[in-house]
Amino acid sequence: MSARRLFAHELEEALDRVLYASPSHRSIERLALLLEPLSRAQQDLVLHWAGVAAQTYAEIGYLIASLAPQVFARLDERDFAAWVIHGLDTYDKQGLRPAMEVLRDFEGFLAAKEGRAFARFEEVEARLSRLIQGLSGRPLSLRIGPYPYTDTETIFLPERIGQYAAHADNRRLYQALAVRLWAQARFGTYRADLTHALSQYADRELACQWLCCLEAMRLESCIARELPGMARELARLRSPWPDELACAARDLQADDADISVSLRWLARLMEKNVLPPPLTGLGVLAPELAQRVRDARIEKDTEILRRALMQSLTPGERKARMTTQIDAQRGVVEIRIDGEAVWLAPEAQEAAQSLIQDLGELPPELLAPAGPAEGKLPQPRQRLAEPERIEERRADFYYDEWDYLRQAYRRGWCHVYETEGKAGTGDFVRETKKRHAARIRQLKKKFEAIRGEDRLLGRQLEGEEIDLDAHIEALHDRKSGAEPSARLFARRQRNERSFAAMFLIDMSGSTKGWVNDCEREALVMLCEALEALGDAYAIYGFSGWTRTRCDLYRIKSYSERYDEAIARRIDGIEAKDYTRMGVAIRHVTRLLAAQPAKHKLLVLLTDGRPDDFGDEYRGVYGVEDTRRALLEARRQGVRSFCVTIDRAGQEYLKHMMGPAAYVILDDARKLPLKIAEIYRRLTV
Amino acid sequence: MLAEIKTLTPILERPLTAPYYRPIGEEVALFEAAARQRLPVLLKGPTGCGKTRFVEYMAWKLGRPLATVACHDDLTTADLVGRYLIVGEETVWLDGPLTAAVRMGAICYLDEIVEARKDTTVVIHPLADSRRLLAVDKRGELIPAPAEFMLVISYNPGYQSVLKEIKPSTRQRFVAIEFDYPAADIEAEIVATEGGVDVECARKLVKLAELTRNLKGAGLDEGASTRLLVHAAQLIAAGIAPQTAATAAVARALSDEPDMSETLDDLVRAVFG
Ligand SMILES: Nc1ncnc2c1ncn2[C@@H]1O[C@H](COP(=O)(O)OP(=O)(O)OP(=O)(O)O)[C@@H](O)[C@H]1O
Ligand SMILES: [Mg+2]
Repeated sequence: MSARRLFAHELEEALDRVLYASPSHRSIERLALLLEPLSRAQQDLVLHWAGVAAQTYAEIGYLIASLAPQVFARLDERDFAAWVIHGLDTYDKQGLRPAMEVLRDFEGFLAAKEGRAFARFEEVEARLSRLIQGLSGRPLSLRIGPYPYTDTETIFLPERIGQYAAHADNRRLYQALAVRLWAQARFGTYRADLTHALSQYADRELACQWLCCLEAMRLESCIARELPGMARELARLRSPWPDELACAARDLQADDADISVSLRWLARLMEKNVLPPPLTGLGVLAPELAQRVRDARIEKDTEILRRALMQSLTPGERKARMTTQIDAQRGVVEIRIDGEAVWLAPEAQEAAQSLIQDLGELPPELLAPAGPAEGKLPQPRQRLAEPERIEERRADFYYDEWDYLRQAYRRGWCHVYETEGKAGTGDFVRETKKRHAARIRQLKKKFEAIRGEDRLLGRQLEGEEIDLDAHIEALHDRKSGAEPSARLFARRQRNERSFAAMFLIDMSGSTKGWVNDCEREALVMLCEALEALGDAYAIYGFSGWTRTRCDLYRIKSYSERYDEAIARRIDGIEAKDYTRMGVAIRHVTRLLAAQPAKHKLLVLLTDGRPDDFGDEYRGVYGVEDTRRALLEARRQGVRSFCVTIDRAGQEYLKHMMGPAAYVILDDARKLPLKIAEIYRRLTV
Repeated sequence: MLAEIKTLTPILERPLTAPYYRPIGEEVALFEAAARQRLPVLLKGPTGCGKTRFVEYMAWKLGRPLATVACHDDLTTADLVGRYLIVGEETVWLDGPLTAAVRMGAICYLDEIVEARKDTTVVIHPLADSRRLLAVDKRGELIPAPAEFMLVISYNPGYQSVLKEIKPSTRQRFVAIEFDYPAADIEAEIVATEGGVDVECARKLVKLAELTRNLKGAGLDEGASTRLLVHAAQLIAAGIAPQTAATAAVARALSDEPDMSETLDDLVRAVFG
């Protein structure tokens, strides 16, 4: 056998021979091109094993050949064979799909063999999501995905990473991936129509890989301008840029380089017909997925902004040309008419900023003079009627609901049924108390201390201390012949706390599982703490199914004491149906407002946004109704505070909570440990 | 009877040199106009954004003495207005800072007014409307405030406690000037000037502050203030490595929580690493 490397056309022939059921000739052509740079020994191995595998299953043979260049970058010849055999074994035992997966995961194979320490998504998730939150731009959530990419709203990361031997290095790689993908969303990778741009190339896959490299280079320098430390870290974790990119570097690293620069260079690279090196840790591009998400968002944001403009402009102003100005320093968008800035509501401002991030400008048609053709503005979409449910008994209460489209209340719209919460066994509460015994003791002490805070009352007829001011005055009065006061003492008086609290617990279906567990645990901690404090408090859970069935479950009323029965009801709290939030807030506000305490506090525990069966309550409607309900509460002297376990929810929260304060917990497991402290901070 | 008792009034100094203050918007003009029209002023804004510095600067600019009171929950009316003391055999009256400021025609700055006991706000009400009177109940004295007297209070709306809210009846007596952390360029200029570092370094600190401000409400009560940036800059100017300085003065100052600290360290590293 000669040691000369096989050329592409020879490989093509050989591949055609071993992979008899090849998908198409073009893919074989590409495969051949891919294998050309390998050594002859490697090429022979690939042909051999691809052939062996193809006899079992053609697709596996093809996969082995196409992964080979990447595999050889990481494994030597002996491991290559072991990797193939491992894949074939898996096929025999578990079938095609698992086999393909095992083969694709050659990193995992290598890592397992070397006993390397994987980093896992769960362990890095919380920290990464806080980091991404800290970096500016539109909020992005994190999720496990088949490969690392972003659709501009979510960053998808692999379930585990084992590229490096050391656990810490694998964690660093997670971070690098997340930041690179954040940068794609932040610095406009998807601002151009990539689907279209890539479709111009015969080998779309290859073009996509090159574009990913070009963008990674451009984005790294965007990052370097704002976060030099991060850029250095990214550079440390990748192999050197391929030589082909050297000439593009200057253009890509220019301050004003955008996606169009990468696309220009892509055209040149594709002419050269070279393969990109197997660079790992850059993430991949997902143009179709991103485009879809982005288009939907742009439509939504445009609509929000259009409406806001329609509302705040007079008909005369609508005919004027508008200009935009972006205050880059503050990230604020200003829309001006004849130099005068138009006031934008927070949600409209947010929509405008989001549009700028997506488009680099506001859609021109939005700013064009509307003229007489106002009627052409799209009408609010047809609402979908909610299915009605017929209930066997009359509702206990009826509440109005706010319809933002009409800007009016729908009278008596929501039917509330108040029932006592179902009793559980009480085991959960007992266990929680046992598990957190030390913590509970600590809380009690702390809360008793607050309760015990004294106030010194001066000028009393009797008391344990002398009121010095009063004494001096009396001394003086006596001297000057006036009648001295007999009120010369100071007395310590227990500081009268005058609080009534209402805890409203989200029992919607989405809380099923550990969110529900954490809510219940949190309630146990709260009750213990509040008992020590002596504040009046009640606990209600809510869920429901359309407006005609809004359930409120009484876990503890103000008049009940915290005892075994209450503990059982806490235990019995379970995830049910939907989250029609507005009406629940209205109902408990009514109960809370009737309390004699001076300060009234509503604490809402939820895991996300308002939602109900059918499409009506979901989205803007529910958010606006909830916001309205909180405003109503405020007017009745009830202060609200919302504890949300929802990392993704930041966008709408600020608006919805308008009159209320809120805190977002990125991890439900923190709730039990934090809730008492949150309450304490609200009331001292 | 009043004549018999000796009255002590602390002397409030007029600032001699101009404190460094970098104007951000129209706050200087607003404050001057309010001073001319004898209107009391409320400064609203997050901690460490330059409210105190601004008042010091305005006192200098208007050439008036300044009495500053940092309010706390034990602050009583007597602490503001004054009290009797016994000196030897003699009873004397010592003016509190508010009374002294009224007598002298000074600016009285009550920092963090919501921290004070509720009853103390009652004494400022008649001073803060058209009456412009200070009632010294203990002496049965009513002191009309001269034209130069000016009442300034500050308030950080970031507090979450229900108790730490300014009452509408108080709030509505004041002209409110809103403060926020300045735009990045200006903030960098302030940090460079105050901290004695170059603009390049100041910019990085400001960038770090921006990142932490994004975490407000999601783990942090407040992002890093200008004050913290100045502290970090001062450490750097004293020869501490930037990353160490930022960690000590910003990251550690913002949170004790392990999770949050970790994230703040990540952010420090992203900028300075
Ligand atoms: N506009 C500014 N010009 C000059 N220095 C400033 C300015 N803004 C902030 N600083 C710097 O920030 C520091 C903190 O400001 P300052 O003490 O005035 O804050 P504050 O708003 O009064 O805070 P707090 O509410 O905590 O009392 C100042 O010592 C100064 O170094
Ligand atoms: Mg201050």
